[in-house]
This record gives sequence, structure tokens and C-alpha cells, in this order.
Amino acid sequence: MLGTTIHELTTAFARGERSPVATAEAYLARIEALDAKVGAYLTVMRDEALAAARDAEARYRAGRPLGPLDGAPIALKDVFCTRGVRTTCGSRILERFVPPYDATMVTRLRTAGAILLGKTNMDEFAMGSSTEHSAFHVTRNPWDLGRVPGGSSGGSAAAVAGGLAAGAFGTDTGGSVRQPAAFCGVVGLKPTYGRVSRYGLIAFASSLDHVAPFALDVVDTARLLGAVAGHDPLDATSVSVPVPDYEAELAGGVKGLRIGVPDEYFGTGLDPEIERAVRAAIEVLRDLGATIERVSLPTTEHGVATYYIVAPAEASSNLARYDGVKYGLRVPGKDLIDMAGRTRAAGFGAEVKRRIMLGTYALSAGYHDAYYGQAQKVRTLVRREFEAAFARVDLLAAPTTPGVAFPHGAKADPLAMYMNDVYTIPASMTGLPAVSVPCGFSAAGLPIGLQLIGRALDEVTLLRAAHAYEQATPWRRRRPDLG
Amino acid sequence: MISREDVEHVARLARLALDGAELERMREQLDGILAYIDTLRGLDTAGVEPTSHAVPLVNVMREDERRPCLSQDDALANAPDRHDAFFRVPRIIED
Repeated sequence: MLGTTIHELTTAFARGERSPVATAEAYLARIEALDAKVGAYLTVMRDEALAAARDAEARYRAGRPLGPLDGAPIALKDVFCTRGVRTTCGSRILERFVPPYDATMVTRLRTAGAILLGKTNMDEFAMGSSTEHSAFHVTRNPWDLGRVPGGSSGGSAAAVAGGLAAGAFGTDTGGSVRQPAAFCGVVGLKPTYGRVSRYGLIAFASSLDHVAPFALDVVDTARLLGAVAGHDPLDATSVSVPVPDYEAELAGGVKGLRIGVPDEYFGTGLDPEIERAVRAAIEVLRDLGATIERVSLPTTEHGVATYYIVAPAEASSNLARYDGVKYGLRVPGKDLIDMAGRTRAAGFGAEVKRRIMLGTYALSAGYHDAYYGQAQKVRTLVRREFEAAFARVDLLAAPTTPGVAFPHGAKADPLAMYMNDVYTIPASMTGLPAVSVPCGFSAAGLPIGLQLIGRALDEVTLLRAAHAYEQATPWRRRRPDLG
Repeated sequence: MISREDVEHVARLARLALDGAELERMREQLDGILAYIDTLRGLDTAGVEPTSHAVPLVNVMREDERRPCLSQDDALANAPDRHDAFFRVPRIIED
């Protein structure tokens, strides 16, 4: 089971060599046996998964599977609303929230026949880079149980890395899929902003939130993206453009492709082991026929500061809805305002409170222009630099993270934690598609991620390059041993 | 430097009933984060248009017509305190 891709599973289903029900049972058994060690899941959807697997099995028997995800066992970050299944967003304030509807991406996965195994752990409201800010429990990195899986989608990344799901979805706001993908040695793709509907995704920062898949390889990644991509009238920011057949477009290689290497992504603070692995990966792309050139994105150093104004500002507004009235926790108070204050103080964890405070401050009278206004202008500068770079090159190649997975508790200082996102934030703020692909291991055996960033809506080129690199290297065959 | 009064004011705006120890810890942490964020203020952005979204957006319109929606029971199913077809809250208007 460990290391078996979705495309291998569904090929075996179609040939009758494997049963979707037995496969779902095997994943559920693995979760039962091993997830106490990893802590990837918050809710396991055993009965729903088995019922869906029986339906998939019947379709394969009839020779009429729904498509390339039929019967694929998948995990969902607990940020996606699932009808009738508790959705906590990693927070006490939503501990007993049962959504009355499915997110659009959940509807699309169900329609494609995917088996939803359960809901995975996350930093509360997706705010964090380690999954230590979950209100429920920490998640452990399958490569080293003493280390974090990254975050905020750490449960989904750990589930895929540990063979507790064949694929998974998370959300990426400042790097929350690419960074845990790098830490856990799996592929994580943040599509272009607007490519996948955000309807039914519990909002953190609406201009930055992206639905994003995790997979063991790029073929599966393309397949998962294809299943959820496309316009949705329920999300006014979803783009109305055709969705390519990503999997069919994977072949073709990188010959003639121009790949830019931004100087600012190799500065102080980058772990030398990561620099070596990423530079070696870039040489592989050169050997495969790509042209490599240096580019400069000078505003990169201001990305973290910009992000930590924009994202908290949007969060402070989005999270105003948790007031104890319509759903979620309520702590009684003497009046409505007192009730809201007590409810939010009891229901939110420290990091969420910090971001709400920061965002409220940045938007408050007298500070709005100096903080939020200025951050939006810097966002324009970042965007222009990427536009200038993409006038010369087709893709950018860089590290995903400045360091490898760190031990639990190692980044107790909020700013130290925020600096983890330095290489992932720019593609979030510009909405550009970006993927993290495994590109080696540290001497201590911890995974390293290569980040590729593409032009808006050009996931095809991005995935093609990632696929070419992956096929030329052995990294995806190495899997962690969970016993 | 953010003052204790600023933190208390922002906590009130944000509807967060923080106790004294939490307010002090928040002041220290916000101070550190803001000192870092303040590096942005030195950046020359004269004449630069703000970006509010990653993709250019125009208003998205549709016909205003009746469509299926959540039932009243579904919409109220998660209510902490429900009375008939309503969310019940503490009294707002005095007698």
C-alpha cells in the first residue's frame, strides 16, 4: 500500500486485479494501526468511505468507472465543508460544526468517484507552518516522528507520505501545501488563483486562499487538479477558462524551456543542504534540455512582511463571523458584545488571536494606509517583478523552504515561524501556480523540495517540467518506514 | 511601539475578551511583529497602484431568480440557541 499511486490503483481496479473495497479497507486498517503515531486525521469517515468504495466496485465490475479518480482513497484537510461530517478547521470554536452542504471541490470529488477517507489535522484556521497550532493534537512527520510535517495542511501531507491516503487536498494561502509537501517528501501543487472554486472552503484570507492537491507523484497531482478545476458560479473569483487535460499534457519534457533562477531565493538563511539539492535539481533540468538563466526578484525580501499584513487583515474580517450566534461555540455573556468577546476568547487559540489582533490593528483608523494600503502597493511591486521575469523565462526554479522539517516546539517565536514562508509567499500573493517536487534528502534523511513557479493559468508547463524532473530522478521511490 | 491602551482598543474592536496576562503577552508579540512589518514603510511606492486580488476581477453578475437554497432546518441545525425559526441571542433592546 505504501507508495502505491492513484494511477497504479485505478489501473489495477480497471483490470480487476484489485478491489476498491479491499483497498479502502486496507487504508482504513492502516489508519487504525498507525495514525496514533502520526496524528494525520481528525475524523475518519469509515462508513461513508466503505459505502462509496462498494459503489465504485460495482461500477468497475460493470466496466463503467466514473473516470480516473473512481475508487481512489483520498483525505481532505478539515477546512473543506463536508455535508453531514464534522468540519472543525482545527479549532475549538467549530469543534461540533456539521456543515449542511458540501464544498464545490468535495462535490466534484464525489462525482468523480473518489473515496473520502476522512478529514485531516491542520493549524487552526490554516494559520501556521507546523500543524502545532491545531486545537486538537499535533501531527508527526512520517520521516521523523519527532519533527513537524509542516503546515498548515500538515495532516494531509503526512497522510500521503505515510501511506494513510493515496492522495489528499489541502489549502495554500502562504505556502500551506507546498511547504508541508517539501517537509514530507510528496508533491504539492498550488494552482493559479481562481483555477479551483473556493466555495465551501472555510475562509482564512480570501484573496490568497487556494485549494491544492498532495500526491505521491506528478501524474496523480495532474489527475487530482483536473478533477476539481474549473469555473464555479458559486465562487465569483473562480475563472471561466477551459481546463486542459493535465494528465494528457504531461509528456513533452523541458527541451527548449527557459527556466529562471531567482538570485533572492538563494540568500542568507537558506540551509546549505537545501541549496545543494536544489542547484543539483536545476542541473538535471538543464541536462534534460532546458535553458537556465539568472533572474532577479528584488522585492522578495519584503514578501513576508507584506503577507503578514494582507493575510491577517483579511482574516480579521473573515473570522468576525464566529460570534456565537449562528453556529459554533457560544459562551454566554451579559449582552451580545460580551457574548461574542467571551466566545472568541475561549474558542480561538493563541495564533488565531494574534492574527486577528494584527489584522484588526492594520485595518484600524489611523493605520490603514500605512499598513494595509502600503502592503497592497508592495503586492503590486511583487507582481510586476514576476511579470518582468516571465517576459524572459517560462518557469522559475527555487527552493520551497529555507530549511528541512524542524522538531516540534523549535519555532515558538511567531516571527521565526513566519520566516518559514519566505519562498512560498510570493507565488501566493501573485496567484501564480507553483509546485513543490521532492528533490533529495538531507544527511539526516529529511526530504527537500524543489519549487517551480509558472505563468498564470499555465499549470500545463509547470506540471510538465515537474514530471520530466521526477521521471529523471529516483526520489519518489524512497518512502518512510512507519512499521 | 504599541501601547497597552492600543492593544486593549484593538481587542475591543476585534471582540476578543482577553485577560490581563493575555493582553500583555499580545502587546509584546505584536510589538515584535510590527517592528518587522514596519520595514515596509521605508519602501518607495509613490504612484504604485494597490493590488487587492491576484487576478483581475470585474463584477460578476447573474439574473436575480429563484433557486433552491438551504432549508430553514439545515440553516439552523448548528445554532447554539434556536427558538422556532430563529437564532436566539441575549436581549439587545431594553424594555
